[in-house]
Amino acid sequence: MLSAVWLIPALPLLGFIVLLAWGRKLGEPAAGWLATLMVAGSFVAGLVTLVGLLGEDQHHRQFAFTVFEWLPVGGLSVDMGLLVDPLSITMVLFVTGVGSLIHLYSIGYMHGDPRFHTFFVYLNLFAFSMLMLVLGDNLLITFLGWEGVGACSYLLVSFWFERNSAAVAGKKAFVTNRVGDWGFMVAMFLTFASLGTLTYAGEGGVLENVGSLSETTALAIALLLFVGAAGKSAQLPLYVWLPDAMEGPTPVSALIHAATMVTSGVYLMARMNPLLDVAGEALTVIAIVGAATAFFAATCAVAQRDIKKVLAYSTISQLGYMFLAVGVGAYVAAIFHMITHAFFKALLFLGAGSVIHGMHDEQDMRRMGALRKLMPVTAATFIVGWLAIAGVPPFSGFWSKDEILAAAWDFSPLLWFVGVVTALLTAYYMSRQVFLVFYGQPRWKEAGAGESTGQALAEADHEPAAATHAPSTPHESPPLMTVPLVVLAVLAAVGGVLNLPEVYTLEHFLEPVFEDRLHALGITGWMQITLAGITGIGAIVGILVARAIYLRHTQPAERFEPELLRRAWRFDEALAAFFDGPGRAFSSFASRVFDGRVIDGAVNGVATLVREGGSRLRVTQTGYIRNYALGMAAGAVLLLGFFALRTGLV
Amino acid sequence: MEIDFPLLSLLVVAPAVGAVLVALVPKGNDALARALGVGTTLVAAVLSIGVLVAFEGADAGFQLTERYTWIEDFGIAWNLGVDGISLFLVVLTGLLFPVAVIGVRPHHDPRAYLAWLLLLEAGCLGVFVALDLFLFFVMFEIVLVPMYFLIGGWGYGERVYAALKFFLFTMLGSAFMLVGILALAFLHQRATGVLTFDLVTIAEADGAIAQTTARWLFLAFAVAFAVKVPVFPLHTWLPDAHTEAPTAGSVILAGVMLKLGTYGFLRFGLYLFPEAATYFAPLLVTLGVIGIIYGAVVAAMQRDLKRLVAYSSVAHLGFIILGTFAFTTQGLQGGVIQMVNHGISTGALFLLVGMISERRHTREIAKLGGLQKAAPLLAGVFTVVMLSSVGLPGLNGFVGEFLILIGSFPTRRWWTVVATAGVILAALYLLWAYQRVFHGAPEGDNAAMPDMTRRELAVMAPLLAAIVFLGVYPKPVLERIEPAVDRLIAHVEERSDFTQPEVAATGRGEQP
Repeated sequence: MLSAVWLIPALPLLGFIVLLAWGRKLGEPAAGWLATLMVAGSFVAGLVTLVGLLGEDQHHRQFAFTVFEWLPVGGLSVDMGLLVDPLSITMVLFVTGVGSLIHLYSIGYMHGDPRFHTFFVYLNLFAFSMLMLVLGDNLLITFLGWEGVGACSYLLVSFWFERNSAAVAGKKAFVTNRVGDWGFMVAMFLTFASLGTLTYAGEGGVLENVGSLSETTALAIALLLFVGAAGKSAQLPLYVWLPDAMEGPTPVSALIHAATMVTSGVYLMARMNPLLDVAGEALTVIAIVGAATAFFAATCAVAQRDIKKVLAYSTISQLGYMFLAVGVGAYVAAIFHMITHAFFKALLFLGAGSVIHGMHDEQDMRRMGALRKLMPVTAATFIVGWLAIAGVPPFSGFWSKDEILAAAWDFSPLLWFVGVVTALLTAYYMSRQVFLVFYGQPRWKEAGAGESTGQALAEADHEPAAATHAPSTPHESPPLMTVPLVVLAVLAAVGGVLNLPEVYTLEHFLEPVFEDRLHALGITGWMQITLAGITGIGAIVGILVARAIYLRHTQPAERFEPELLRRAWRFDEALAAFFDGPGRAFSSFASRVFDGRVIDGAVNGVATLVREGGSRLRVTQTGYIRNYALGMAAGAVLLLGFFALRTGLV
Repeated sequence: MEIDFPLLSLLVVAPAVGAVLVALVPKGNDALARALGVGTTLVAAVLSIGVLVAFEGADAGFQLTERYTWIEDFGIAWNLGVDGISLFLVVLTGLLFPVAVIGVRPHHDPRAYLAWLLLLEAGCLGVFVALDLFLFFVMFEIVLVPMYFLIGGWGYGERVYAALKFFLFTMLGSAFMLVGILALAFLHQRATGVLTFDLVTIAEADGAIAQTTARWLFLAFAVAFAVKVPVFPLHTWLPDAHTEAPTAGSVILAGVMLKLGTYGFLRFGLYLFPEAATYFAPLLVTLGVIGIIYGAVVAAMQRDLKRLVAYSSVAHLGFIILGTFAFTTQGLQGGVIQMVNHGISTGALFLLVGMISERRHTREIAKLGGLQKAAPLLAGVFTVVMLSSVGLPGLNGFVGEFLILIGSFPTRRWWTVVATAGVILAALYLLWAYQRVFHGAPEGDNAAMPDMTRRELAVMAPLLAAIVFLGVYPKPVLERIEPAVDRLIAHVEERSDFTQPEVAATGRGEQP
């Protein structure tokens, strides 16, 4: 049954090829159904593989399958190979599970788009790349998937390429990711130079032999890989592409920029956990960057007006939690949170997509409100997602976040504190979003909105504002979209059972991957409950504060939405200003002044000098190439003769 | 396999004969000239495939060798052969010429145009199979003449300036090489008593050339090759020549002729002067890495799409220089396969840019925009070729770049770290260009631009197939290159104090 593993990436690849060739003929909706079936088929193949894996002895659940030799060059040997172990199969299942739901949803969401089939071509290519990433049995296959998902992300973010902002965002995502990929590549070079292999498992593999690395080398490899992870998983300071990536169609945001691709960095860290173990302070760096990112992004999320931007910053923040978990050695908690996050964040994005769809492409929350009556299914499922991410028990997010925070406390109470404040902020900004979108006054009835906040707008319906959007009644989305919402809502609600305290199903399953490197919780049961209680109170405080501001209007809302936060501390702007200013000036200097005038100027200068100096010898200079060629041939003959004479040949 | 059939001679002579035949076609009968021209390139393509089939993969030495005395008194011979290093360059040349000839029609005088192109093909093939220094030099020079006339006669804008600049630059380098070749032959004669221009004989004769002399001679060769590659700062002929050349000229210039330089370094620089090559390696690697970064930065700022692609060659060829002078199995193999890959990808990019400028009568990026809406198929093909050029794993460009970088790291650590940043810049300049040219909403003439025709797609198809095949399954290519590369490294190791790191050769790790 284990050999079914090759079907997992093969099915989406087949879907990609078929759709590329005949997608246009298949048209809508057949192209979408085909793509969905392929990913669902992968999920089934994943389940079959899982059953096979469970049939093996718990500590020998690691199998490598070589499809063919990819790059055999001298001492380097890289196979197109797949690795089946508890970690990869866990990733496969949630990627294909959530992935097929999002594929299904997309059939409804992309309805009527002139490039409907193209969308599914890209989506299946993405699924294939993502599955290669998690199934690869060496760093280079992971990198193949890594860059592949990056390319698909580029194609899908700029899917509506007529819009300039979408085009720019796609490019920015790819280039920023490439900065991270630089780290990944150099890490591979260093790994190969030190260990002579890139393969993960087995006797000669990287994971078995990290012990022979010097601490400096191990630290360097770990940090370089983390640079790659920070790019792909949008951590400080490489997060800047993710908020912009919201230009892509919403199912893309749900699939790529929330549930799957952006978690690749966390997966990579988990995969390389034996390396991190011997890499000195690498874990500390990861923990600090993760916590800082979690807090930073949460502060940005509180002031966003775009329904998707809130979720984008929220995703960055939640990914920060996962890196915090990795950094404190709580690998299973990181994977657990990755899965629950995939459930509730995919749900929230798809819910947001449903709202945008129902509101006729409106994304500004200031023009929403009171939608729960008009979009009951979307509202109910979104609320489940909200409770899950806010960490309200017994919803899934509570369990996974709690595990991370408990481990963080063990490592450093300061990191725990940052995590708790972030949890409070999370509850706050998500409540704000729910209240603005689904509760309060319906603000979509007004002709439009100016640049004021939602609160001010609600009171200012007598002001004739610039009407950019024709008012029309929002409507609930079709079943193709609401069914995935309901399934995800159930998962987001009960997903916690995967790894409940004292039972720890997921932890037992993943234990062979992490062995003794897994952080053992040092705190007692009561302490754990106290900490969980504090987090829970934080969540409730967050919700109540949001309620006071956005439902009760006790304070003007704009006071709580400072511009600095809305513009994400202006970090991205400063970066852009640098590249557009000094960066461009430098490139411009290099190309126009240095290349054009200095180097080529020297060339032309020499030419001029020769021409002017040679004007006295004009008689011999006819300007015809053939004469020069003749001259050269004559010179060659003379030289030949010279050497012939000197060597005594003639 | 040893066959009693002058396959290589035929391969070199066939295009030359075709050139003469095309030139003899009566004026006005352009259709016949074209049929002859296309037919000849197809014959050469079949012959180059024949070379590939006849080639023994495991044999590290020269194969299909032929030797006919040419000028006996000077020991000059018509001496041909291929090994793993030249094999795929021969195949690339054989396949790229029909693509260029079928894909692009000249605006005027098709007879002369085709005749020059065929002569160019003969010269290029001659360079890659010549095993006699003098013969190599003749072939190396022959290619200049047709390219000069192609740029000057069928080019754009400042074509005369560009053609002359190209000619003089290369000529300057060649003059040094000629002196080098003659000195080498006569010095060899003084030591051994035999006057010969035979590459293998001279390279394998140990101690014939003193160390200092060898270094000087290496420099003489290096100047010629560095101009051809081109290595920073000798590159300024390239953007002018590529930009003003007709599309087919640009395809061949980038696809085949730049490889004359990198191939020259491998075949002559490393083989004839192993000690000198290791001595000057730091200099060349440094210039290569500067080229990678500098070429990319300058490419990003170009306003002309074709010029942008031209500068991207400076960056890509910098990788090949880095890999060549890393002296590891991966670096050298990466360099060889990157020559092929660059030929395919950049050749394809020039064809695509040609299609755009033929339709829009401009190559200025600012005047283009939104073309993906008007021409989705063209945009799709461009995307694949662009991603190949950017080095996306699974496509051909990555294989070469990755092997070069992973092979250079053990011997040239910090250079490699900097060079890897070129991968970021490649994404930047190409994606930015794509965004400005293809994305956005098209206006005016851009909105009405016709999409790729079936004929154009058919021309691109073999290139696309090669891009995917070499990216997914490069093994058959790599295993044919490896024996020759290993032999060359062993040659260098025997004659210098350089030793390839254990890890690159065998994969056995060693602790840094």
